[in-house]
Amino acid sequence: MVLRRYLATRGIILFCVLMTTLLLTIMLVGSNMDVILKKGVSIQVRSEITENKSLMSSFKDTKELDQFIQNSIDDRIKALGLDSPWYSPNRIALSMHKIITLDFGHATFLSSDAGSSRVSDIILEKLPRTVLLFTTATIIISMIGIFLGALAGSKTGSKIDKVTSAFAVISGSFPVWWIGMLMIFVFAFTLHLFPARATPLIPPNDPGYIPALLYHMALPLITITLIGFGTWAYLVRNFMVNVMREDFVTVKKTIGIAQRKIVFQSALKNVAPPIITVLALSLSGSLGGAIITEAVFDWPGMGRLYFEAISVMDLPVIIGATYVLTAFFLVSIFVSDLLYGYLDPRIKTV
Amino acid sequence: MGLFDDLSTILKSKVGMTGIGILLCLVLVSAFTIVFIPLDTYKEWNNPSRWTLFPKSALPSWVNVFLAKKIPEHRLLENIHTTIQTGDNARKIIQSFETDYAFDYFPSDFIYQYTAKYQGTPVLEFDVTRPDGITLHLLSYSLPDLKSRTVFSDKIFSTNESIRKNTLLASNIFAFSVDSMPVEEVIFSKIDTHEVLKGKYTFVVKTSTTDVQSAIHDSKLIIGGKVFGLIGTDEQRRDLAIGLLWGTPLALFIGITVSVASVASGLVYGVFAGYKGGKTDESMMRFNDIIYALPALPFLIILAVTVSNSIFLMIGFLMIFGWVGIAKVSRSMALQIKNRQFVEASKTMGQKSSKIIFKHIIPQIMPYALASIAISVPAAITTEAGLSFLGLGDPSFPTWGQILHDASTHGAVTRGLWWWVIPPGIMITITGLAFVFVGNSLDTSSRIKR
Repeated sequence: MVLRRYLATRGIILFCVLMTTLLLTIMLVGSNMDVILKKGVSIQVRSEITENKSLMSSFKDTKELDQFIQNSIDDRIKALGLDSPWYSPNRIALSMHKIITLDFGHATFLSSDAGSSRVSDIILEKLPRTVLLFTTATIIISMIGIFLGALAGSKTGSKIDKVTSAFAVISGSFPVWWIGMLMIFVFAFTLHLFPARATPLIPPNDPGYIPALLYHMALPLITITLIGFGTWAYLVRNFMVNVMREDFVTVKKTIGIAQRKIVFQSALKNVAPPIITVLALSLSGSLGGAIITEAVFDWPGMGRLYFEAISVMDLPVIIGATYVLTAFFLVSIFVSDLLYGYLDPRIKTV
Repeated sequence: MGLFDDLSTILKSKVGMTGIGILLCLVLVSAFTIVFIPLDTYKEWNNPSRWTLFPKSALPSWVNVFLAKKIPEHRLLENIHTTIQTGDNARKIIQSFETDYAFDYFPSDFIYQYTAKYQGTPVLEFDVTRPDGITLHLLSYSLPDLKSRTVFSDKIFSTNESIRKNTLLASNIFAFSVDSMPVEEVIFSKIDTHEVLKGKYTFVVKTSTTDVQSAIHDSKLIIGGKVFGLIGTDEQRRDLAIGLLWGTPLALFIGITVSVASVASGLVYGVFAGYKGGKTDESMMRFNDIIYALPALPFLIILAVTVSNSIFLMIGFLMIFGWVGIAKVSRSMALQIKNRQFVEASKTMGQKSSKIIFKHIIPQIMPYALASIAISVPAAITTEAGLSFLGLGDPSFPTWGQILHDASTHGAVTRGLWWWVIPPGIMITITGLAFVFVGNSLDTSSRIKR
């Protein structure tokens, strides 16, 4: 019962966060959005009228034509509800409603590889690539991290413990994107092992696209793993050190169970709840970091889409991408809460 | 208690000492930069005309240490001595520039830049004396006619057609054909083979005029090379060493301001919530949860694009996302401390809650706060660098991220301009590490005491 209440509060909070994020985004880009939308309407109306030959010939002079065009633009703006300012409650509610129902409209400049300018199409195309890269990276990182951390934590003060801790502190201070630049320099420019740009040159409908994409994924994957696993190992190590002090470990040791067996079978089970929580959180965290990493490697995912949208100020794409990134972030926070509540029996009784 | 103890524990740990050492160096570098590097180098960082005399994408000059064949260094020569001969109706200004040329490749070009104040039409003569004693006449040139005494500046390039013709006049002293060679490859060549003649070259500029009050204010001779300075130069000819130097105080300023401000506000927020408890605590923590769950980077990007990318506003934006974690931890600490006897005692004595919070609770959490200040500095620096790297930083400040952004837009990585990419990243990392070292040793010391 308590668990259910805990999850309900968390769920409500996260929903509030999602709404706050949307509201803030709309508030921040709203005024710019308004100008762009109005400009779009006037261009559309003007071209509709000038293309209509019979209507064009019915005007006596340009003054009358201009008057007509202006009136039609005003009518259209009123019909679309653009006459009230962007901060009017109606408009904000309308935009929120549209976004919640995943109707992000059309992109102003960008288009998907398939040529669609619908924001949801673009995002649906890019999202799997980001998920592919960062999920793979997180899985590799966590595996190396858990293994190293367990080893280091079970032998505190040993060489492997010291190296792991030192590596964690040092690697955490490097900006991932800078290491990315160096990796491109070493492996793409000097050794010619991997391509420098992570976007495959083959069109996406080619059968060779998937292998090419995987080959291009190698360099970013190696970089993210290299920077990430130290922190993971350190985290697992710290959890492990606490568990190794527990009575049941001492008992198992005295009855003569091998150290390795204790570490990888009993002790790891006990550190599972926090590790899984951190795993869920770091997955979502990596999505935020994707913006810079993907810009460095030119990986054709959400992060680069976001960066491109910002550089050309493609507002519908910015809003859509922010929504999706935030939603992902919040879902993983929620999942980690859920897992934590499920795995840690103490939460249920609190 | 407090600061003194913390300092002594840092000094006892090796890691803490290293951190403090690096920090001291960074502070010294900042002080040096602010005092000794001319301010205009940073104000005009983005003004290309300020950097025209520098070489384009030049390697750092220390690479010559590792090379068998030395790459020519780019040199900006100030004139060593000026002799002025003044007659009744004439004045002759003789400037000479000396350079010891000991490189294995020819210079890429040379430029004479001058600013003169005169009237009439002075005649400028440009000669060079080589290490083997041969003097080559390069140019005779009359400056534009000025009716009244005014200031005139100009540059004479080695690609000047008259210099070329004059050098070709001396082609008979060379044992090989010099017809199709650039001037600098003739002037700096041995006479028997086409190789660099090493030694001391003296360039002499004689200006004769009928105006006895004329003067040359400023003149420089640039011998173009491919290595320059400690770090080299970038595609826009800027001296990267100066950029990195200015980046140091900027990074320290950004990092320290953001972390101090966010830790301080988080601390007060958390302690207040924890001390008050009940409904206040509940609602304050829910607000905290909301900010905590906002995705920081997308928001920072939107803020930078829509509001402003000024560095001071950016510091404010970074603070918005910085205080949340601290608030959570200090709340839980305050919850523990508020039930201790001395707090209970001062409560029963009727002290105001603000006094209890600031006098009794916050000092207890201070060691933790100091550690979190140090630990959160690197995050602030790397986030700012990351935003600058995306091109969303304040372009008027040469931060390290900004330099890396320029490097990536000019394709420095794929063109192998490593000296443009590696040093800024090393600076970011070293600065981050220094604070992490200090923070870690502070953290362990505060944990031991708890």
